[in-house]
Amino acid sequence: MTENLGTAEGIRVRAKAFLAEHDPAEMGKQDFNDARFDAGLAWVHYPEGLGGLGLPRSLQAVVDAEFAAAGAPSNDADRNAIGLGMAAPTILAYGNDEQQHRWLRRLWTGQDIWCQLFSEPGAGSDLAALATRAVRDGEDWVITGQKVWTSQAHLASRALLVTRTDPDVPKHQGLTYFSCDMTAPGVEVRPLRQLTGEAEFNEVFLTDVRIPDTDRIGPVGEGWKVANATLMSERVSIGSGRASARESGMIGPVAATWRSRPALRTRGLHDRLLRLWTEAEVARLAGERLRQQLAAGQPGPEGSAAKLVFARLNQEISGFDVELAGSDGLRYDDWSMRRPERANFYGRGPGYRYLRSRGNSIEGGTSEILRNIIAERVLGLPPEPRVDKDVPWKDLPR
Amino acid sequence: MEGSTQVTAVAQDPAVVPDLLYSDAERALADALGSLLADRGGTDKALARIESPQTYDDDLWHAVAAELGCAGLLIPERDGGAGASYREAAAAAETIAAFVAPVPFLGSAVVATTVLLSAAGGAADSSGTPFTPARAAAYMLRRMADGGVTAALAVPFATAPGAAFPTSVRVAGPRPGDAGVARLRGAVSGVADALPAGVLIVPAEGVPNALYLVDMSATGVSKAPVTSLDMTRQLCDLSFDDAPGTLIASGPGAAKALAAGLAAGAAILAAEQVGLAQRCLDMTVAYVKERRQFARPVGSFQALKHRLADVWVAVSQARAASRYAAACLATGNPDARVAVALAKAYCSETAVAAAQECVQLHGGIGFTWEHPAHLYLKRAKADSIGFGTPDAHRAALAALVNLPAAP
Repeated sequence: MTENLGTAEGIRVRAKAFLAEHDPAEMGKQDFNDARFDAGLAWVHYPEGLGGLGLPRSLQAVVDAEFAAAGAPSNDADRNAIGLGMAAPTILAYGNDEQQHRWLRRLWTGQDIWCQLFSEPGAGSDLAALATRAVRDGEDWVITGQKVWTSQAHLASRALLVTRTDPDVPKHQGLTYFSCDMTAPGVEVRPLRQLTGEAEFNEVFLTDVRIPDTDRIGPVGEGWKVANATLMSERVSIGSGRASARESGMIGPVAATWRSRPALRTRGLHDRLLRLWTEAEVARLAGERLRQQLAAGQPGPEGSAAKLVFARLNQEISGFDVELAGSDGLRYDDWSMRRPERANFYGRGPGYRYLRSRGNSIEGGTSEILRNIIAERVLGLPPEPRVDKDVPWKDLPR
Repeated sequence: MEGSTQVTAVAQDPAVVPDLLYSDAERALADALGSLLADRGGTDKALARIESPQTYDDDLWHAVAAELGCAGLLIPERDGGAGASYREAAAAAETIAAFVAPVPFLGSAVVATTVLLSAAGGAADSSGTPFTPARAAAYMLRRMADGGVTAALAVPFATAPGAAFPTSVRVAGPRPGDAGVARLRGAVSGVADALPAGVLIVPAEGVPNALYLVDMSATGVSKAPVTSLDMTRQLCDLSFDDAPGTLIASGPGAAKALAAGLAAGAAILAAEQVGLAQRCLDMTVAYVKERRQFARPVGSFQALKHRLADVWVAVSQARAASRYAAACLATGNPDARVAVALAKAYCSETAVAAAQECVQLHGGIGFTWEHPAHLYLKRAKADSIGFGTPDAHRAALAALVNLPAAP
C-alpha cells in the first residue's frame, strides 16, 4: 500500500493503523502516549524522531480527531500550555539534538510540566534588564535571583530560564538561556496571591541553584534571541486552534443573562450590549481569519492585534456583566486563598471575571508594550530615543 | 473572471467560518484597479473634481467599468458579465475607496445590479415574447455588463436593509395609449450614484408595490444635484412627474429584490470602509515618519504610536468582518443578514475613526483644503450613514441574534 502521508487521507490511514496496533483501553496512559510520540503522531509538524513526521501543522487536526474517536487518553495539554506552546518550539529551534531527545517526549506526554522563569520584580516590560545572575563554575552554572508571575511553578518539574551571564555589556547582549530543574536544591516556590483572592501565580526564589552546562539552550550571551523565540511561539500556536463558536467567549454568559432576565434590560444597557456583542463577534472572525492565514502559510502580523482586542473586550464585557447584575453585582463568590491550575473564567461569577480580566492587559506583554510592538514592527514607526541601548547593564541607572 | 467561482459550502453554523482571505483572483483585480486609479485618478484629480460642475469622472468610470470589467463583475457570463461574486466586488470596492474615486461602482455595479439579478430571477435575455418583467431586468443587465449603461436604485443613500418599501413615488396609472409602461409620480431625495446614471430603478407604491426601470432622459424625470457632505459621491434629488416606467418586479418579488440590493450595498460599502481606513492609516504612518518636531520624527512619540496601533488593530478587525459579509453574500450563507449588519456597524465606525485620526495626526496640514485628508473624512462620515447607520445595523442585530431591547 502506498500511503501519501502529506494528505488528510494518508495521515488518517496512518493514525488508524497505529490505533489498530495500540488499544487505548488495554494500555496504560503513559505507555500509550509514549508509543504515540514514537510513532510521530504527537505533533505531526515536528521532525521524525521527535514526535512528528515533518508534515504540515494543519494535518494534526485529522490525527487528533481519529485519536479522540478511539477514546485515546489525553496528554493533559491544558495543564502544560507553557510546555507545549512555548518550551517545545524553543527547544526545537535552539536546543541541541541531545536536549531535544531528552526533553520533548516527557514534555509532550505530560510527564514534565514546564513553567517560564522570565519576569522579575525589577524586569517586567523591560525584560532584558533582568538581574538573575548565572555564574560559571566548572561544568555547572550557579544561579541566584528572583522570578515572579510564574504560572504552574508549583506543578512544574522543569522551567525555561533567562539569566544574566555578563553584566559588563549592554543589557540585551549579556543574557543566557537555560532549562532549570524545578526540583533542584535552592529552588523555592511561593504562591503569589492576586487581587481576585486566589493564587494562580508564584514567586520563584533561586539561591545558588546549580544547572549543568548541558542544560544551557543556545550559546552563552544569546539568551535574548532565544527568549524572543519563546515569546513569538505563543503567537504561532494560535494557528493550530479551531474556530470558536459564536458567543463562546465572555459575551456568552452576558447574552444568556440578558435573554433570561428581561427585568434587567434598560435602553442604555441594550446599546452597550449590542456594541460589545458586535465587537466580540468581529474579534472571533478576526481570530478565525488569522488562523486561516497561518494555515495557508501566510502568517500576518494580526496575531499581535488579537491579544490587545481580547484583553480590552474581556475587561469591558465583564465590567458590563457586573453592572448588569445590579445589586447582585455587589456580591463576590469567594475571596479565600486558592491554588487553581489556571484562570477559570466560566466556573466563577461576574465579579471574578471582572477582576481577573484586569490582568489580561498586563500578563504576557502589557497592552502598552503590544502597541509599541505594532507601531514599530508592523507600521515601521521609529523607536523612542533609547537611553539604555549602548550602556553596560551594570551601569544602567536604577 | 478566471478562478473566481466560489465553491465554499453553504454554512448552516456560524462556527463554520468561510474563507476570509483574499484569493489570487481578488488580489489581481485589486492590483489592476489600484494601478489604473493611481495612473488616471489619484487624489489630486479627486480634489479638483469636487469643485467642478461634473463631480463624477465618466472617463475614469469607463476605464474601470469597461476596460477592467468591473461593471459586470456580478453579472453572469451568459449575460456578458464576469460571473464573479461579492468577494471580488468587495476587493474592487476596497481599492476604489482607497482612491476616493468618483465612480458609481457601488450604485451601479453592486446595488442596481443586485436588484436586477434578483428581479431577473435567472431569466434569460432572449428576444422571444412575451416580454416579461423578469426579461426586462435581464435585458438591462446585459446592457450594463460592459459598462454601456449605468444604473442606480432610486432610494435615499441612508436607507438601511430591511427598511419598509418606499412610498415617496407612486404609480399614477398608465396614460391612454401607453403600451407596457406605468406612469410614476413623486420624488426621492439624497440618492447616491444617480447623477451619472442612464437608467433608474424606481420603487413605487401601488397595488401591489413594484420596481420600475425609468430612463433618466425620459420626459417627466428630473434630477437636482445636492451639495453633499461627500462630494466624491455626490447625491442628487430625483423627481418623477408621470415618468414612464417599465415593470421589472412586483409584490414580494419587488420587496425581495430591493432588500437584496440594500444588503449588497451595505456589505460592499463596508468593504469600501476597510479600503478607506487602510489608506488613511497608510497616509498617516508615512506622514509621521517624515514630519519632524522637537528634533525627531513625530512618529517616534509613543502618544502617536499608540493611537496608530489602535487604528491598525481596528482595521484588521474590520477586514475580517467585511470579508465575512462578502463571503456570506457570495454563497447565500443563511448567516448573511447577521454578517452584513455586523460588518456595516463595525466598519463604519472604524473608517470614521481612521479618517479622524488621519486629520488629527497630520496636524495643521490635515486641516487644509489642499491636503486630501478631508476627502477621506467626508467620505467616511457619509458612508457611516449610507445604507444604514451603525445604530440601525446594531438594532437589526438585536432582532437577528435574539438580544431584545428593553420593554
